[in-house]
Amino acid sequence: MTINQIQDRIVEDFNQFDDWMDKYALLIDLGNGLEPLEDQYKVPQNIIEGCQSRVWLHAEMKEELIHFKAESDAIIVKGIVALLLEVFTGRTPDEILQAEVYFVDKIGLKEHLSPTRSNGLVAMLKQIKLYALAFKTRNS
Amino acid sequence: MLTNDDIVLLRKDFPILEEKIYGKPLIYFDNGATTQKPLQVLARIEYAYKHLNANIHRGVHYLSQKATEAHEDARSTVASFLGAAHREEIIFTRGTTEAINLVAFSFGEAFCNQGDEIVVSVMEHHSNIVPWQMLCERKGLTLRVIPMNEKGELDMQAYKSLLNSRTRLVSVTHVSNVLGTVNPVQEIIRLAHEQNIHVLIDGAQAVPHIKVDVKELDADFYVFSGHKIYGPTGIGVLYGKRELLDAIPPCQGGGEMIDKVTFEKTTYNILPFKFEAGTPDYIGSTALAEALRYVQAIGIERIAEYEHVLTRYATTRLLEIDGMHIIGTTENKSAVVSFLVGEIHPYDIGMLLDKMGIAVRTGHHCAQPLIDSLGITGTVRASFSFYNTTDEIDSFIAALKKVVLMLS
Repeated sequence: MTINQIQDRIVEDFNQFDDWMDKYALLIDLGNGLEPLEDQYKVPQNIIEGCQSRVWLHAEMKEELIHFKAESDAIIVKGIVALLLEVFTGRTPDEILQAEVYFVDKIGLKEHLSPTRSNGLVAMLKQIKLYALAFKTRNS
Repeated sequence: MLTNDDIVLLRKDFPILEEKIYGKPLIYFDNGATTQKPLQVLARIEYAYKHLNANIHRGVHYLSQKATEAHEDARSTVASFLGAAHREEIIFTRGTTEAINLVAFSFGEAFCNQGDEIVVSVMEHHSNIVPWQMLCERKGLTLRVIPMNEKGELDMQAYKSLLNSRTRLVSVTHVSNVLGTVNPVQEIIRLAHEQNIHVLIDGAQAVPHIKVDVKELDADFYVFSGHKIYGPTGIGVLYGKRELLDAIPPCQGGGEMIDKVTFEKTTYNILPFKFEAGTPDYIGSTALAEALRYVQAIGIERIAEYEHVLTRYATTRLLEIDGMHIIGTTENKSAVVSFLVGEIHPYDIGMLLDKMGIAVRTGHHCAQPLIDSLGITGTVRASFSFYNTTDEIDSFIAALKKVVLMLS
């Protein structure tokens, strides 16, 4: 599946619910289901500091594909982190660099990606792209 | 005490309380960050722009005279509200932050030298930490910090031991914006004065909730913000004892603050103008005066009494929830309740409460050193005003119980 196909599937999953509570319940489930980040990666240099919550992000390159691992201390943020990982992990640097994230907006969670929320998610997205750029540069 | 009928009437003065958030009635429990504005204040702003707008001081024309009178009347209103001895002891600033920065710069210039010390407390807002750190860096001073106990009360023994011949100034908050603790500022000032040390009190969280009399406290400086006491944003107050304000230099130069300007030498204007360079916010000052009159008309004692009941009620009801941990448990508390529930992150609680129309604040509340000292990353904070009701607290508790269920 392409990045956009995954985004479309996420949108479908969420849009079956009309009630915000159900959407958030799903997000919380996703957050709870996210594999905890191993302690070796939960280090200060992997922290993306938000004012409200923190995100840890680790990236590594395996056979031309970038694999991300991440976690947050807030469960709702963790749910969105899980979705972002689903979209971006196991992709080539070019796929990541060209991707446009629209699913968050379409499932009505845009507020979480607002720079004023300061929950670490905007910075995480930026960091994902920066990793892609770094790996691309290193490989070329 | 304010009755339920009084509150119903008072709420009508605040049109924003009728707003719907995601289709639900707004429950505004973020009054520690800013308060809503009554119609009287809004009307005053509109009236001033419609009928009193001309640049103040030095104007020979009618409108300038009128605007000047309104601005200077506002100063008198603030002076009487704070119990200041002289109206020129009131300096208008943009807010608490600017007032503290002004003192940190000007007092620092006049009285502080390498090796001197400034004392703050562990529960200060960043705006009562960073300006002092900047002074310390600029002039080689050391910042000393009063610790607190597990209830959120300042350790007065430790405070006494921090005061010494190198201490130049003590700067502490009257009421903690996170814990709600009302600090014994009168005692703090008395102890400092015994050693001829000056004291600044950050009153941002105090003036909307408790009676403040700067003469009775014998505070050397007292600062607060207009927007936290039902006034507009962008206007605040620095109170300073006349002899102290006279002894420190201005921190901004410009129009208004001068006596005589030549390229060789400029002499400064008298108080309070020496500290009000440029065109002051003369609309904001009159609107702030209106807000203070509004508060005085209700009666700050009645407000305090009612808010105390609200805070106690909220605390009791919060404690019904499993895993509830109230941060700041002193008896002497203002209208603030900070809490955590089990391991749940404050952001998650705040986000979900927002979806139910309830505005609370989450995070470190601009008091990172305090939050760090508690070994946590933040709290959820509900902060009340007299326009809040026990019914709103009931809705808040019901919503919070739902949120906790979702998150556990």
